[in-house]
Amino acid sequence: MPQIIPFGPQHPVLPEPIHLKLSVVDGIITEAVPAFGFVHRGLEKLADIRDFHQMIQVVERVCGICSMMHAMCYAQGIEEIMGVEVPPRARFLRVIWAELHRMHSHLLWLGLFADSFGFESLFMQIWRIREKVLDINEATTGNRIIVAVNVIGGVRTDLNQEQMRWILSELAEVEKEIRRLETTLMDDYTVKKRTVCKGVLTRSQAFELGLAGPTLRASDVAQDMRMLGYAAYNELDFEPVVEKDGDCYARCKVRFRETLQSIDIIRQAVSKIPEGELSAKVKCRPDGESVSRVEQPRGECFYYIKANGKKNLDRLRIRTPTFANVPAILAMLPGMWLSDVPVIVLSIDPCIACTER
Amino acid sequence: MKGEMISVSIDTVVGETAKIKVEGYRFVTMSCAELDQTMIDILYHFDKDLELKHLRLTVLRDTPVPSVSPVYFAAFLVENEIQDLFAVRFKGLAIDYERTLYLDEEVKVTPFCKYTVEKTGWGVGSKQ
Repeated sequence: MPQIIPFGPQHPVLPEPIHLKLSVVDGIITEAVPAFGFVHRGLEKLADIRDFHQMIQVVERVCGICSMMHAMCYAQGIEEIMGVEVPPRARFLRVIWAELHRMHSHLLWLGLFADSFGFESLFMQIWRIREKVLDINEATTGNRIIVAVNVIGGVRTDLNQEQMRWILSELAEVEKEIRRLETTLMDDYTVKKRTVCKGVLTRSQAFELGLAGPTLRASDVAQDMRMLGYAAYNELDFEPVVEKDGDCYARCKVRFRETLQSIDIIRQAVSKIPEGELSAKVKCRPDGESVSRVEQPRGECFYYIKANGKKNLDRLRIRTPTFANVPAILAMLPGMWLSDVPVIVLSIDPCIACTER
Repeated sequence: MKGEMISVSIDTVVGETAKIKVEGYRFVTMSCAELDQTMIDILYHFDKDLELKHLRLTVLRDTPVPSVSPVYFAAFLVENEIQDLFAVRFKGLAIDYERTLYLDEEVKVTPFCKYTVEKTGWGVGSKQ
């Protein structure tokens, strides 16, 4: 007879509330059923009463970590319906801030992950590095997380040459410090003991479960929405970061390598950014349907937008990457020790506020 | 909208979804939108090599819709969400939260509906 053990909604390893009902026999998980509803805000419904320009401010608040990506995804959807051509400079600026967001999100997760298996000093070191990225956001936009740079048709904030030089010098420091931690994070006996062969997802399982982002790529599926070429990604050189083992260690490695990849992408963007306008003029109101996708730190973010020519949208549907990755938890936990649950749950980088909206 | 759009009916939605799975598509998500007081649109989104394919199912709100979660397990979550927010009933869900995914058991309203609001039981919505 299995014992039922509740995990969450309040748990030291969970930054946000999710509840798992774990069936346990002799310390081994036999089944996990998730429960939600602790932070559902109904943000999509605000599209009924806020006009489509104001909704940018709403979608930026869907997630407290990757707010910029939500705004970009939404803006791209509206721009597609209205046929707005975003100026090249704005597309490059979107890439720069998006990659800064990816960096700080991955560093946040790497720190939390270290914390989940009790490596406190590593957690603090990683979060110390993350502060530098947040400082760049603050210095260039005025805010650390909700940078509020996107508007329909482009961006509202520019970067001058001096700022870009400063960003690059700061990122050089960040890169040096991240590489200094590489041995500890990736080769340490304790880290490997807690993460290798834990929560394994095969390539076919990952695909079957409809997973997204680093969780999918750690199982050897080279799927990265940036390959769609939105914003200025089609003018930048990069490949999806892929690992083969599909365990917690592989997911950690993907995020670690993506953090360094983001620095490279920002360097390319800064070297190629053209002069020009920041935003295109937007007239009229959107009328039609569109689907917009961007690669957030946790994976593919999906927006379905339906507009009818009025100032309010008919429907705004947001599918965040954690929503797609929840089935992974259900597949990974059976057969694992109860003591491994925090590490495995955290390995998908769950963002529950995002998921419930 | 980017991607191929295929219209389906209640009788063909599961079959089409299974066909799409055999073709190697990944389940992305579903979207639900109200058309008027009685009709709703349910869109099923799939991806293969970054190309999207959509199924569009237009049904009466009160009509139970067959779940595609036996085909794509991942669909159970979004189908439960639609049950909560739009009061569409899905038959054969892999895990059925019975409208308590986001909502408490005592909640009778369907928060995302413009027209139907109060639910007096499964599959029955009365206009407010």
